[in-house]
Amino acid sequence: MTPQLAMAQALNAALSDAMREDDRVLVYGEDVGPLGGVFRVTDGLAAAFGPQRCFDAPLAEAGIAGTAVGMAMYGLRPVIEMQFDAFAYPAFEQVVSHIAKLRNRTRGELTLPLVIRIPYGGGIGAVEHHSDASEAYYVHTPGLHVVAPATAQDAYSLLRAAIASDDPVVFLEPKRLYRHKGEVARERPAEPLGRAAVRRPGTSATLIAYGPAVPVALAAAEAAADTEGWDLEVVDLRTLVPFDDETVTASVRRTGRAVVVHEAAGFAGFGAEIAARVSQRCFHHLEAPVLRVTGLDLPYPPPLLEQHHLPDVPRVLEAVAALQWPETGSTS
Amino acid sequence: MSVTSRPGPAPPGTHEMLPGAEPVRLLDAAGRWVGTGTPPDAGLRRELYRRMVLGRQFDRQATALGKQGALAVYPSSYGQEACQIGATMALRETDWLFPTYRDSVALVARGIDPFEVLTLMRGSWHCGYSVRRHRTAPQCTPLATQCPHAVGLAHAARLAGDDLVSLSFIGDGGTSEGDFHEACNFAAVHRVPTVFLVQNNQYAISVPLAAQTAAPTLAHKAIGYGMRAALVDGNDALAVYTTVTEAVERARAGGGPTLIEALTYRMNPHTSADDPTRYRSAEEVAVWSGRDPLDRLAAHLRAEGLLDDATAAAYTAEAEALAAGLRDRMRQPPALDPLELFDHVYAAPTPQLREQAAELAARLGRHAS
Repeated sequence: MTPQLAMAQALNAALSDAMREDDRVLVYGEDVGPLGGVFRVTDGLAAAFGPQRCFDAPLAEAGIAGTAVGMAMYGLRPVIEMQFDAFAYPAFEQVVSHIAKLRNRTRGELTLPLVIRIPYGGGIGAVEHHSDASEAYYVHTPGLHVVAPATAQDAYSLLRAAIASDDPVVFLEPKRLYRHKGEVARERPAEPLGRAAVRRPGTSATLIAYGPAVPVALAAAEAAADTEGWDLEVVDLRTLVPFDDETVTASVRRTGRAVVVHEAAGFAGFGAEIAARVSQRCFHHLEAPVLRVTGLDLPYPPPLLEQHHLPDVPRVLEAVAALQWPETGSTS
Repeated sequence: MSVTSRPGPAPPGTHEMLPGAEPVRLLDAAGRWVGTGTPPDAGLRRELYRRMVLGRQFDRQATALGKQGALAVYPSSYGQEACQIGATMALRETDWLFPTYRDSVALVARGIDPFEVLTLMRGSWHCGYSVRRHRTAPQCTPLATQCPHAVGLAHAARLAGDDLVSLSFIGDGGTSEGDFHEACNFAAVHRVPTVFLVQNNQYAISVPLAAQTAAPTLAHKAIGYGMRAALVDGNDALAVYTTVTEAVERARAGGGPTLIEALTYRMNPHTSADDPTRYRSAEEVAVWSGRDPLDRLAAHLRAEGLLDDATAAAYTAEAEALAAGLRDRMRQPPALDPLELFDHVYAAPTPQLREQAAELAARLGRHAS
């Protein structure tokens, strides 16, 4: 029987398996050593692999990212942890100017096999600077792969793929899904990055989501099926870069309607890119404009107000209802 | 076993984390040996001088190419040859160098083809030399970001049991950046075999040192990290070479990192686009003109009988040949393939990049590969 693991455990298993199989893999960051990370994703790694392969760096994100560049230049495969999304910003220059560009600057001579793990997004009742959905900064930076799993199995498989990648990967881990359990097959071969998954097939409209928004989209699809009679397809992007145009386009051409769901602010968010791509590629199949259900265009709210910011089932259903359905009925 | 508990030389005492009251100086202004020990090997001293002559001529030629528009920009090393070449010659071939945009002369001294060195400034690519073959990182234009790279690389090498050392160059202005601090701190905590060499040329473009720091010297910053410090006359090639060699070999033996501040002066404008008369006086420049690092080492070599007119003429001829070769090669238009732009973003282009490559190929009237 395939074991049930929480997403945090699945990530831990991926790190552990990768470190066991390849002694070039090392893990470091803030509190990732004896403590095992504030979310326990690195639990037990220091004890199992020793303090040379899993250790606490001085508390300095640019230093962590910058030293990882040097380590990767020398042939290691560092996996570094930024403790929270908004605490990754001090590393931004290293990420944008060096991690994303080193292959290009050296005309392909140097590769940079490193993974930046970032606990990501809101919905956990945290105080400010602990809940940012910061993907737009990374997806806008050529040279980075950007991954956001939504299931425990994907957390395992995509992290293995990220570590195996010769290019740098920003790995966004939805904090509020860390304790969500799912079946995790560790023996399953790693899939390449860049493939979306249809989580729920449907015919009426396509919900496009990633990371923490996927369970919201799935819940909305179930609710719509129960109450409105809409049969919604849910596409989980899994990898934001490279973007799987093929899966998304095929789905929307089939359904003719699309709603993008993400936590980040909508203005110039990743959903804008998705909407533009879908509009361009599916224009003659669309029955309605592509809509977005996103976070509000404001600094992340205090935790007691965050429910008004985060996309939820009613907002997704409102958007679906606005997809210019024929007067005679909501669906065929 | 923790990486911080390896055997090796003792950690520095507090007094070693502070620079001396005066910068290390082995040649006085007239080139007389004033060191306490014996000078470095005669052949080494001559070779230092030879590379400085080549470096100076390379720098002149590159500055001229910049003025002629053959380079997009050129930040001159004029006046900083003792720092760049003294430090580079203290490294083994297997050690790694992490240069900034102002360290082109160091790269030439490292044995990199001068034409390849100028690729970045010419604008035909971001780096023109083999980073692996020369164990020299691409020249870094963001400030201080190369320092953590040098630290990480040396840390990885030590984990692998390889006895190499990394050296990062940085300027006085760069020491104000957070990445410098974070790199120094990581290096000291983990006793990484690395050396930070600050070329304090007194100005960060137009901003003088007094606007960068209130510390007595930049070398004093070492004690804040628990790292060894050294302050050295950066226009004294023998002092730079000796000080860096000590730091490099101590790091190699497991003695941890060193922060070295070399006092020097940027004789030329920041780049071809700068006007230094707006922020520094002709009198100040004249004082530093009198402290030329080549003149000082030449005077020393001549007084020691290590340099005669024939040898000096041979070095000059070699330098002129280097410059002439550079001019000739710069006259040839660079072989650029716009479609190569897509080749080095990822290991394999994304579907979106393949589409864009096909569009560009079509605009060029070509078929994408």
